[in-house]
Amino acid sequence: MSIQFGRIIRTCAIFAPLLFSSAAGAQDAIKIGVSEPLTGAFAASGNYVAQGAKIAEDEINAAGGVLGRKIQLIIEDNKSNPTEAVSTVEKLTQKDKVPILMGAWSSTLTLAVMPKLEEYGVPMVVETSSSGKITTAGNPFIFRISPTSEMEAKAFQPLVAKLGIKKADFLFTNNDFGIGSGAEYAKMLKANGVEVGVSETMDPKATDFSAQLAKIKASGGDTLIVTTAVEQLTLILKQAKDQQLKVRVISCGGSNSPDQLIEQAGEAANGTFHTVFFPPWFPEVTKNPDVAKRYMDEWKKRGHNVGGLTEGFRGYDGIFTIVAAIKAAGKAEPEALRAALWGVQVKGIYGDIAFIKQGPAGKESGQNIPSVHLVTITDGKVSKLGL
Amino acid sequence: MRPGALDRDQRRFSLDQLLQHGLNAIILGGTYALLGIGLTLIFGIMKVVNFTHGEVYAFGAYVMFALVMPLGVNFFVALVLAMALGILLGAAIELLLLSRLRDADIDTTMLVMIGAWIAMQNTEQLAWTGVAHSIKNPFPPEPLVWGALSVSWNRLFVFAVASLLIAGTYYLVNWTKFGKALRATFQDRDTAALMGVRIDRVNTATFALGSGLAAAAGALLGPVFVVVPTMGDLAASKAFAIVILGGLGSVVGATVGGFILAFAEELGSGYISSGYRDAMGFVLIILILLVRPTGLFALKERIS
Repeated sequence: MSIQFGRIIRTCAIFAPLLFSSAAGAQDAIKIGVSEPLTGAFAASGNYVAQGAKIAEDEINAAGGVLGRKIQLIIEDNKSNPTEAVSTVEKLTQKDKVPILMGAWSSTLTLAVMPKLEEYGVPMVVETSSSGKITTAGNPFIFRISPTSEMEAKAFQPLVAKLGIKKADFLFTNNDFGIGSGAEYAKMLKANGVEVGVSETMDPKATDFSAQLAKIKASGGDTLIVTTAVEQLTLILKQAKDQQLKVRVISCGGSNSPDQLIEQAGEAANGTFHTVFFPPWFPEVTKNPDVAKRYMDEWKKRGHNVGGLTEGFRGYDGIFTIVAAIKAAGKAEPEALRAALWGVQVKGIYGDIAFIKQGPAGKESGQNIPSVHLVTITDGKVSKLGL
Repeated sequence: MRPGALDRDQRRFSLDQLLQHGLNAIILGGTYALLGIGLTLIFGIMKVVNFTHGEVYAFGAYVMFALVMPLGVNFFVALVLAMALGILLGAAIELLLLSRLRDADIDTTMLVMIGAWIAMQNTEQLAWTGVAHSIKNPFPPEPLVWGALSVSWNRLFVFAVASLLIAGTYYLVNWTKFGKALRATFQDRDTAALMGVRIDRVNTATFALGSGLAAAAGALLGPVFVVVPTMGDLAASKAFAIVILGGLGSVVGATVGGFILAFAEELGSGYISSGYRDAMGFVLIILILLVRPTGLFALKERIS
């Protein structure tokens, strides 16, 4: 008996330091999981969001962290691939045991990881994704700070008459983002008496749109509404010029980086319109210009690509939203954070971030109502249009 | 307005649309054919499932970008240099990876090539980031307009150079001593060696030539599109489809296959549905392979 007791004590003595050190290690920093496309088709945008998130991390830690502890981002690459996105969430919640996540850039990637959030009971702040399905599917772990396509289309409404749109054709990328956006804009335009011509789609990886553009030209609308990210948009503008498609091009979705378009599409970018969620050319028009300026100064100080400012702020706002929830909850546990997110008020670059309820009763998701801005490119310069 | 006038206008409009689709398909077909012939040499004749083809294509585009944009090298000189470097890269891949695997089974070679593909794509992103780059070209920015049809000068140039390279490859494979050695080597390696063909050199040269053509395609199309690390994925999948459609190892087959794919995509998305643009080409390939399982132009002795 006494021998056994001695053995137990010895075992405890051996493992005690291990137990203590790991407990102290966890006390060091609050982990926040981030899943972004750092490689693959969306690598450019995913890296910008990660850079913005790191700026927020450093700023928060320099100011003493939260709850007396530092925060630590664990950024995983979801490789622009829905299957990989699910793996990153598995890894972050099961191995790193993060109490909260930010991700996953693009509607398709976000939709892919949503069932896992429910399975593991971990909330996620969605910094980029516009498909309506995300907040109406009845997933109570989703808190989206980016606007839905419906909000974007609604914000655009006053401009229909101002621009004199009579007949619009559509070209959108064939995924949750493009299809959702195309449907919402078509609905809004029809409600405003605009005739809707052809709706053409393209594979998210496609580079040649000559067939679609020839069809759009034959449809004879005065406006072309395009939903895709900046890489395809650049090619569409160039190829539309080659095919002498002389219509007003409006791009939506907010991942259109007008600076990059000016640099890469050159003359073809002139006369085009773009909805953006943060206009770095005139930060004074945003709700919290001081926050926008702080973010922009740090971005430039770090030598990041200026064309990425319109993406990076999403990560910056996402991390600040999460930290506000941690502060309000008083502890870094998934369920407490989920409850706390409903009450957060953050002065962000998206505007004043707060969540309203969307989706079926009892299983609502959180949705922020951010600002949407419309800009136009003339002579290689970005200027704003009232929204 | 009289109803007849509207009808005539509409008919006129749809004829213009058809002609524009046709013109687009011819221009696109030229680039598909160029992608196809490079791969048919390697995949069709050497029987190496070359997953690096798309990455060599991207490499050509990045070399073009590096030479033209930061270094300010002349566009046409850069094009030649990109192709030359593509040939060197192909030779390096062959000597470093494939020459050791000459007697390995197809699975081993395939795994090595998949590894090389992933490593190359990630190196591109590490070196150039995932942000798209564009390459300035010296052609007039306004397209060439002919009635209701229009096409950019840059694409016309691509079509012309692609045609030259395709014709050159055809000549090289079918009418030169090197071409004879090449065909002999891959028909019967041992007999060719006994006849004095230096089969190691032929292997390296064939892979280098195929890679040079891929790099040329990348360097030509980089300025038409934008340059991104993942650009090779789509190019490689189309190239494989074209080679299988045309018949393994046939330069003529790859050329015809390239044009068939371009017409299927262009007309399919123009008149059926653009959402299935990429599916159109593959559906057509399945149909053709059902009728001719060896592809359109495969020669019997090359299949054995």
